[in-house]
Order: sequence, then structure tokens, then C-alpha cells
Amino acid sequence: MMCNSRFSSWIAAAVFLLAAAQAHAILPIQHWQTASGARVYFVENRDLPMFDLSVEFPAGAAYDTRDKSGAASMTSQLLRLGAGGLGENEIARQLSDVGAQLAPRFDTDRAGLALRTLSSAPERRQALDIFNRILQHPEFPEAVLEREKVRLIGALKEADTKPETIAALTFFRLAYGDHPYGLRSSGEVGTVSALTRQDLVDFYRQHYIARRAVVAIVGDLSRDEAAAIAEEATAGLPQTEAAEPSLPEAATLTAGTTRFIANPASQSHILIGAPGIRRGDPDYFPLFVGNYVLGGGGFVSRLVEEVRQKRGLAYSVYSYFSPLQRRGPFLIGMQTKREQAPEALAVVQKTLREFVANGPTAQELEAAKQNITGGFPLRIDSNRKIHEYLSVIGFYRLPLSYLDDFVGKVERVTVADVKSAFARHIDPDKLVTVVVAADKDAK
Amino acid sequence: MRVIVKPDHRAPVVVSMVWYKVGSVDEFNGTTGVAHVLEHMMFKGTRSVPAGEFSKLIAAAGGRENAFTTRDYTSYFETLQKKRLPLALRLEADRMANLVLSQDEFAKEIRVVMEERRWRTDDRPRALVYEQLLATALEAHPYRRPIIGWMNDLENMRVEDAREFYHRWYAPNNAILVVVGDVIPQEVFDLAEQQFGGIKPQALPQRKPQQESPQLGIKRLTVKAPAEQPYVLMAYHVPALRDPHNDWEPYALDMLASVLDGDEASRLNRNLVRVEQLASSVDASYDGVARGPGMFYMSAVPTAGKTPQEAEQGLRRELQKIAAEGVTADELKRIKAQVIAGQVYERDSMFAQARQIGEMESIGLSYRDIDLMLEKLKQVTPEQVQAVAKKYFSDDTLTVAYLDPQPVTGKRPAAPPPGLHDVQ
Repeated sequence: MMCNSRFSSWIAAAVFLLAAAQAHAILPIQHWQTASGARVYFVENRDLPMFDLSVEFPAGAAYDTRDKSGAASMTSQLLRLGAGGLGENEIARQLSDVGAQLAPRFDTDRAGLALRTLSSAPERRQALDIFNRILQHPEFPEAVLEREKVRLIGALKEADTKPETIAALTFFRLAYGDHPYGLRSSGEVGTVSALTRQDLVDFYRQHYIARRAVVAIVGDLSRDEAAAIAEEATAGLPQTEAAEPSLPEAATLTAGTTRFIANPASQSHILIGAPGIRRGDPDYFPLFVGNYVLGGGGFVSRLVEEVRQKRGLAYSVYSYFSPLQRRGPFLIGMQTKREQAPEALAVVQKTLREFVANGPTAQELEAAKQNITGGFPLRIDSNRKIHEYLSVIGFYRLPLSYLDDFVGKVERVTVADVKSAFARHIDPDKLVTVVVAADKDAK
Repeated sequence: MRVIVKPDHRAPVVVSMVWYKVGSVDEFNGTTGVAHVLEHMMFKGTRSVPAGEFSKLIAAAGGRENAFTTRDYTSYFETLQKKRLPLALRLEADRMANLVLSQDEFAKEIRVVMEERRWRTDDRPRALVYEQLLATALEAHPYRRPIIGWMNDLENMRVEDAREFYHRWYAPNNAILVVVGDVIPQEVFDLAEQQFGGIKPQALPQRKPQQESPQLGIKRLTVKAPAEQPYVLMAYHVPALRDPHNDWEPYALDMLASVLDGDEASRLNRNLVRVEQLASSVDASYDGVARGPGMFYMSAVPTAGKTPQEAEQGLRRELQKIAAEGVTADELKRIKAQVIAGQVYERDSMFAQARQIGEMESIGLSYRDIDLMLEKLKQVTPEQVQAVAKKYFSDDTLTVAYLDPQPVTGKRPAAPPPGLHDVQ
């Protein structure tokens, strides 16, 4: 109902910003391991009578196999739909009774569960009891699986009509080929149809492993309370001596690829990009700061300036790096009236080429640094944001000083750093370009 | 200008929001969408801060800025480290009085807004259903028109339309400043006085009530659009909240919506999605905290093999069950537990707190009513929920819209635009 105006892509851009952080050690992160080997990250914050808890595993879409694509996602979806002797309705009721919010967490690399609850004893006890049952004793009821498959297949078919979905699926397939990052994260209609209860049980046993778990906790708890919560949350998880499965490296593209795909939409959806960088890449900061200038900096980026402000060609245009366990995507995205897709595409390509060739100006770099460092307090101004940092730091084993070092690392980036980092990672001649709903009558 | 400050010292951050009590409800036929177009133009330069400069100054201060337009109000906001609040207030005061509205900037920005409409509505079948449903359910009241505006009105809009709207409605006596964050109230009041104090109030146009005539029978419509799944959206006319102290029906309607679709434990999810498997997703909501008329919405995406008619019948059955048998004390208790927890969770976000205050004030209620309304919600009884379920859900006030999915292939086949070559 609301016309949330001006810009929509900052959600996408946030994927990258997530890795940002802090100059002063004002966020004391406590870190330890549970008896079962899970890594725990905790920030005590007594301001509000509530806390956030998550337990995540390397069990995201990238851990699917091609023929059982969708098992990872379905496993995380079904955790709360029957566990520890309780049916899905009873689980939903018991959580609601205490005002707790529980949701599966699922992305390319990670899967697990997150809980937000009041910290008062009766509420906390009941919420944690349900959380632990779901995490440790999911039942994956056959009938629920069959119903969820029908729902998901309906949603997949619906999504397949949407230009933004078609563009994204095509992009990831072309950019990643056989690499698991090229798989559709929710699975394909065919593979989802074939999923069995045993597939989910197997996936859970192989991937929801105690000593691979990352526990992130923020809120109204003492260290001892947090420790007890982490122990209980991970104690009953599957154990294994097997090594953590290792994802393959994502290959560098050897040539550019362009695809035009028919669709009746009034706007063309355009995606341009390639595999970018992994978490912990030494070029992370130059690319992050540089991308702010290129297309990450909201209304002041070059892409927004060229495409929207100067020419009125799009409502939203953005670029971001999304670093993952392996090389996550670098992406530029935009939608524009189909008749003007060629013009918009040309403007984006020219802007990117110029940026990769010459880097930012000294003035642009300075402005980027001012925004990122000056805006640092905004990145950790709520429990929710702090919790998100903890889970990223924990999962990707970033240094505990990550937030403390962040501003300094941003400040040290030079124009030459940005230029050479972009040159190393982005070759404008070797990108995947996908245009959904281009007009054949375009002038 | 009313100034409301809520200190929150959890982080050295401040949220500043300027709310204008004007939205799409104040537009006229022929210039629908102008409230929102003006919102875009508010970033396009004043006499002393040229186009683009607003965003640059906020960015350089490490801040983030944006705005949104609704039926009832238009809101502009900045989030910054607390010491930069003066910058935000200075820029907001400046554009309240000194907007330039140049023809050049307008010509570009109106194209951006048309792109926004395509992105937000034209290519989204369910958004089209909602737009058409409103235009059908309402006849006299301006809520019938889309906030983004009809495309043809956008195509014919001129900078004068935006300018006229700006001069008519943008004045300190039609604005509210809400500041939440690590601040001392008196300092914010002083700062606001200093920045906005010199801007003259002006006479505001008189608003006509534009009340709906009673609906005299069920209305049905169909929207054809490229999609795979059908969809049904229903709207009933119901009362809106007018007197937070003495009204009780709006609170009962709110609870009714939560009993139907408050969370995964609620009735529509349990019965229609999980047990009967009639729908793959469902929704119910009460829209009654607004300047205009209230509405109660229900919607469903039928499961594969089920028709929109069956889904509609399912939604109606759930309402009828409540009218006939009422709700349990347990269901209400559960919802109240969530209301109480929700109050705590909301305090985790300064932005959410500022937004809640601004919304209340913008529609003519008071920020003081926020707590009162939560208390009133907690007092709703099962009998009251049943009473409103019986009273307001007659077919005569119902509008039903179906999405009729059209095949996606075969239309406007795309080929490479000239000058580009598909290398595959």
C-alpha cells in the first residue's frame, strides 16, 4: 500500500555491506566452543528484555547435488513442521503463546534456524524448548513433505513467469556452469517432485553437524546463560568424524556471454556480472569501497548518476559484490522500459568500462570513505544488525577484531588499490549479460 | 510545526523524519500520482542546494536518506550519527520552503517515476489486482486511485502540477518533525526552532469528506495478466478507527484479522493451507488506521488443481465459522502475547519507533494513542470479535477480484535489440 519511493535496491546492496564494521572496540564479542565443538559468538546487551539466537551450518543451497537440488532448502523449511513429538500446529501454537518469532535461515552457503524471544524466564524456557526440539529432533513428516512440495512447485512455476526470476536463474547458470552456486536454491520443479523423506533425513544427518554449527547470540543474557543455551542447542545434534564437505572453486569466465530472453513484461530486466570474490579475499576492502563509487552508494553512485539522474532510464540501478565461501557474484542490475533497454545497457557498459579502466577519482574515493566511516555507527545500532554480523563473522571465520579493524581498512584504500583490485577481478569483456524482455522493435 | 522527540540512547545514532500531512488522498483526477512525483522532486534542488546535492551532503555525513508516499502522508527521513542531526534539519527546512522544481529535472524524473510504476505495478499481476480492486470497491473516495498514479496521468503530468501541489500543501503547519535517537529533547526543540522557525505558516486547503455511499450489492471483477497461479482478493467495507478512547469495533476487527492470519498458528494457515490444502498461501488484514474509510482484506493463492472459486469459498467459510461459533479465549490470549512481545521487539529499531509516531500524528491521531491502542487491543473479548464478524461481512459490502492467469509465452517475443549481438 505504501509507495516506498526512490530506491529499492539497497536491500540487494546490503548483501555486500553486511561485511562492514567498527572502529572502536565498542562491540565486545565473546567467543568459545561448546562441548560438542560448535563455535559460539555472543554479545551481551541488556537494554531490552529480549534476545536473538541463531544456529547455522554449512548446509545452504551450495550443498545440494544436481539431481537432488532443493533438498537443502526443503530440509530447512521442514524443521519446524514436526519435531520432537510435536506436530506443526502445536509448534506454531507454542511459539505464538510466548510471542516468540522463529524462522528458518537459508542462503547459498548457510542454513539453520533463528529465534527472537523475550528474555523473561517462562517465555524464554518455552521458546528454547521448541527451538531445541526443532533443531535436534526434526521428523520431516511424509504428509507435510508432500504438501510442501506441491506448494513449492506452484510457487516455482509462478516465479518462472517473472522476468526478475528468469534473469537471475539464467545469470547464475551462465556465470557458474556446473558449480553448485549455479543451482536454483529452492530446487527445480523436476528435482523437487522427486524429493523423498529419506533425502531430507540424509541431508540433515550429513550437514546439521554439531561441530560445524555456528551459534550467534545477542541480547539480555549473561555469559553463563548464553553458554547454557548454546550447549543445549547443540548437544543433541548429529555427530560425525567426517571432514566438512568442501565446495569446488568457481571458475573464471573465459569469454563474455549475452542472452536475450522473450517475456511479455513492460520492462526489461538486465543483469550483468561474473563470479567475484570469496570471503576473506585480500582485495575485499578496495572492491567494497570502489563499488560504493560504482553502484553501491545509493543515490550518489556513478551508475545511478548516469542511468537515473542524468537520463531517467531506470528507477533502480545498482552493483554489488556478494562474497561467499567460494567466489560469490559481482552483479549489476537494472530494470528499464523494454524499448530503451539497448540505450540503458550501453550506458551501464560504458560506465563500468570507464570505472575499471580508470578507477574512482580522488574526490569520489574520499566521499566513499566519508560515507562508510561516518556511517559506521548505523551498522551496529540494533540487536538485529549486531546479530547478523556475529553470524557472518562466525560462519566465515573472520577475525574477532573484524569490526574494530574495519574503519582503518577502509581509510587505507587508495585509488590505485581500487583500480588494481577491479582489474584483477572484473574483466568487462568476460561478463555474463542477461536481458529478459527486450523489444525487437527497439530503435 | 509539531516536533516530537523520543530519546533512545542505545547507539550514537539519530533518525529524523519530516512528515507532511498530504498524500494521494489529496489529489484530483487528471493529476493522480502528483504527491509521489513531488516526493521525488524534493531531492531535485533548492535555491541554495542544487539538484543531487542533498544526497551528496547526507552521504558525506555518513547518513542514509529516503522518502515514501502513502495515501495519507508523505515522509522524508535521514539516519545519521547523532552529531550530524543539524545537517538533516537544515536540509529539510530548506526544501520545505525553497524547492526549485525545474522543468529539466522534472522531465527526467517523471520518466523515473513511470519506470517505478512499471516495476511496482504493471509487471506484477497481484499488484494490478489490488489496484483494480480498489478502483472497484470504492467509488467516491480518493482511496480508489493508486498512490503511484495512473500511467496516463504520469505521461501528461507537468512540472506546474507538482509546483502547485507543493505550494498548496508544504508548510510547517502541515508538517511534523519526529526525531528518535541519542538526543536531548530540549536541544532538538531548539535546533528545530532555529531551522524551521523562520518558515511562515500558510492557510491550508479545506478538505472535503468525499464519503463513500453505501455499497448495494456484491461486486466482482477479473484481471487478466501473465502468470501461472490464479489469485483471489476480497475486500469488505468496515469502520476505521476514529476515536481511540471510545471505539471498540476497530480493535475487534484487528483481532479478527490476527485470528485469521496473525501467524503460522492462525486459522487460515492452519485450516486452508495445512489441513484442507485448498490454498498455497493466504492473507487477512484490517486496514483501519487511516484518514479514509476502513477495509478488511482476505486473499488466497489456490493450490494447483483448486479454483479461485473454491479458495474464495474457503475464505468465506472461515469468516462464517467465527460469526457462528466465535473464537476461543486461547486464540486471543496467543495474539495478545504477540502484541506484548511485539512492543518490545519494535524498540530494537529506532526507525520503526519514529515511523509509528509519525504515522499516528499524520492521520490525526496522537503518539500518545499508541499505548492506549495496545491496551485496547488487549481488552478485546471473544464476544466482540464474534460481534464484528457477524455485523460487517455481508455480501452487499464485498468486492471480489480474480486473477485470470494468461500464458507468458507467445507475446511480444524478444529479439536482440539492434546494435547488440547475441554471441551465444
